Amino acid sequence: MSQHVRVNPITCAAHGMCAELLPERITLDEWGYPIVDGTPLEGAQVDHAMRAAQACPTFALLIERDRNRGRARVRAGRSS
Amino acid sequence: MTAPTSPTTDLAPAMSAVATPALPRLLSGIPEHGALTLGEHLAVHGPLPVQDGRGRRRGRERADGLIEEIADAGLLGRGGAGFPTATKMRAVAGARGRPIVVANGAEGEPASLKDHTLLELLPHLVLDGAILAAEAVDADEVVIAACEYAGASVDSVSVAIAEREADAGRSSHSPALRLVILPGHYVAGQESALVNFLNGGPAKPLFTPPMPFERGVKRRPTLLNNIETLAHIALIARHGAPWFRQLGTPTQPGSALVTLSGPVSHPGVYEIEHGASLASLIEAGGGATARLRGALLGGYAGTWIGGERLHGLGLSNEHLAPHGATLGAGVVLLLSEDACPVGETARVARWLADQSARQCGPCVHGLDALALTLEEIAAGATQGKAVQRIDRLASLVARRGACSHPDGAANLILSALEAFPSEFADHARHGPCEGCAAPGELPLPLRPVSDETLRKRGLQ
Repeated sequence: MSQHVRVNPITCAAHGMCAELLPERITLDEWGYPIVDGTPLEGAQVDHAMRAAQACPTFALLIERDRNRGRARVRAGRSS
Repeated sequence: MTAPTSPTTDLAPAMSAVATPALPRLLSGIPEHGALTLGEHLAVHGPLPVQDGRGRRRGRERADGLIEEIADAGLLGRGGAGFPTATKMRAVAGARGRPIVVANGAEGEPASLKDHTLLELLPHLVLDGAILAAEAVDADEVVIAACEYAGASVDSVSVAIAEREADAGRSSHSPALRLVILPGHYVAGQESALVNFLNGGPAKPLFTPPMPFERGVKRRPTLLNNIETLAHIALIARHGAPWFRQLGTPTQPGSALVTLSGPVSHPGVYEIEHGASLASLIEAGGGATARLRGALLGGYAGTWIGGERLHGLGLSNEHLAPHGATLGAGVVLLLSEDACPVGETARVARWLADQSARQCGPCVHGLDALALTLEEIAAGATQGKAVQRIDRLASLVARRGACSHPDGAANLILSALEAFPSEFADHARHGPCEGCAAPGELPLPLRPVSDETLRKRGLQ
């Protein structure tokens, strides 16, 4: 089962932490909002993605599972 | 025949059908004044197909039959996206919980008037469709959502619901009917924005999933259908799928309402067969009153087509696909030779930027930057390579909002560059043209915005 990252554009406030912590998958546009490569995470990237999601001040970075009966969503945050 | 004017735009709708023996369908029995009453409606279309009332199981079988009939008819949603209606209904019927049906009459599209017109003149056809859809997915509640600026539609639907309630003893069709008035801004009719509003929030899009069909109004599975889609369901239930398919193309069967505007003698709402020629629609509209520089198909999230490509154009998604266009919500907006497509597109782009719900960064900043760049091109004040900047900005906003509003705006702007390359080049080099001095042709609502609306939008 693979995982990928996704941004909730409504809660995202362009803090930019995610691009610092997950540069393999995330760059910033000219206004500071993340441009996300949503292809499956590989190896150590999963850990980096978890760290980036936990660091997001607005919890806008999501790590989603593919193919897990559709759309289970894991939000790496306080409870993880 | 004259038709009521609408408070929502300065279009004065003439209602009629492009001439074929099989039309009108939806627009059968259009009244000279006011709405078709329940009695008049029944005289034109006959009663709803009878449910024999022998218990729920029997009713369910009949209801499943309607979804199959709609699937066989190949009915596609008429709100703009063209999603297969039966697929949506099956998803709602199969989701956990008692479903709810929402008839979406927001019609925030400034160049479209078909849904307001249907609600105003033929409310019972829409109610029939909504009731049938509710029975088919086993919903006990129907919400008719009408726009706050479409006062005549709101009045008409209230009267029609009262007529139904007075008649309730004689009908076996019984979901509760409720009218809700929506704020009039552009994205209020987006599915998740509508759900958000009906749940007591602002009429702004939500981050999905969950999709409305799995968890929508009151956290129940929610069937959201466009007003015209429901009106077609009312006729399919009466006449069947083969009848529906007698008109239209194999991939886009049936008839459709289109809003024709721009330089024609009688702008308004027309019923056409999918695949009818643009020329026949313009003829039905009394003919063009100017040479055409182009046409905007689908609406303000739609696609410009240049004048030389309009000859022989057919009005179906198959015919429009080579031009990168779809019929969308049925908007056909003609632009005269005297108008400036650069200035018009810049004006609409600014309006679309202002209509952002201001929730997602790429939409807020990107649409503003796109509008600004177009305004600079129109004024001949560009710095550097403005066209390349538009391409880059368009790719930066696409698929990066919670809804597809930024995608639609980018699509409109890119299609303008493609349809009118010489006009854009002239403006970049020489600044404003003669057409720029003329008043804008594309309708933009200058609507009074109430405090209530501002509050609902979260802007106050």
